[in-house]
Amino acid sequence: MIPIPHTWVLLLSAVLFMIGSMGVLLRRNGIAIFLSLEIMLNSANLVFAAFALKLAHEGQMAAAAAGQLFVFFIIAVAAAEAAVGLALFIAIHRLKESIDVDRLNILRW
Amino acid sequence: MVTYVFLVAAAMAIVFALVAIMHRSPVVNVLALIMVFLALAVIYAVLGMDFLAAIQIIVYSGAVLVLFLFVIMLLNIRKVERFGSGRPLQAFLGAAASIGVGMGVILAARQLAPSFGEVIEGAEKGTAIPLGKALLTTHLFAFELISVVLMASLIGAWVLARKEDS
Repeated sequence: MIPIPHTWVLLLSAVLFMIGSMGVLLRRNGIAIFLSLEIMLNSANLVFAAFALKLAHEGQMAAAAAGQLFVFFIIAVAAAEAAVGLALFIAIHRLKESIDVDRLNILRW
Repeated sequence: MVTYVFLVAAAMAIVFALVAIMHRSPVVNVLALIMVFLALAVIYAVLGMDFLAAIQIIVYSGAVLVLFLFVIMLLNIRKVERFGSGRPLQAFLGAAASIGVGMGVILAARQLAPSFGEVIEGAEKGTAIPLGKALLTTHLFAFELISVVLMASLIGAWVLARKEDS
């Protein structure tokens, strides 16, 4: 028996999601936005972990294992996404000498 | 005891997440984010999910954030703009929107009845055994697809980041 209610994990994940989305909306440096995105992805992982905990409490062990595997897959996809995103920022930096997202405005009308 | 470990790790995660989004030096941001991920690994371990704690440290703190550090040092970014500087109205709207979303989720989570989890089956030997069995039987297709995704991202990153030679 784990002495931590799953709602605490949900609350922590809500706070982390709030912090991450604030970073995405308020930062202008591309890499800082990316770091905030990673915080948001991790808060989503915490929600999966929290509900795996709840399903384990209800005795649905196969579903609880599936919840943990979702976290595994999200981590794998996040690693792939980080590699592609950072390559994009290197390409943008080569073009613009900056990764300030306010300066990426050539698609503006 | 376990509860206190959870609370300390949660407080560390929140504090270092704030440092990670607010500090002006990107290297400090990445180091603070490593602390956030270590705190989250502690939380997974406390919840009885030792496999997740291990891959959180190995993949996130070990691989992804080292990649971030490499790129920051490659591009030689020393200081970036102040947090929320530039456009006060948009900054206010962004902060209000994200606080609104977060408060909505917190209120929704408070409606749920708290339940306490059992340790996942076979946990005396670690959760890696039942998770590995589920991964290679029920979720085999997704597991194989992940390798394709990683290969595609490897090739994509190489194509995007190389120099355009004629």
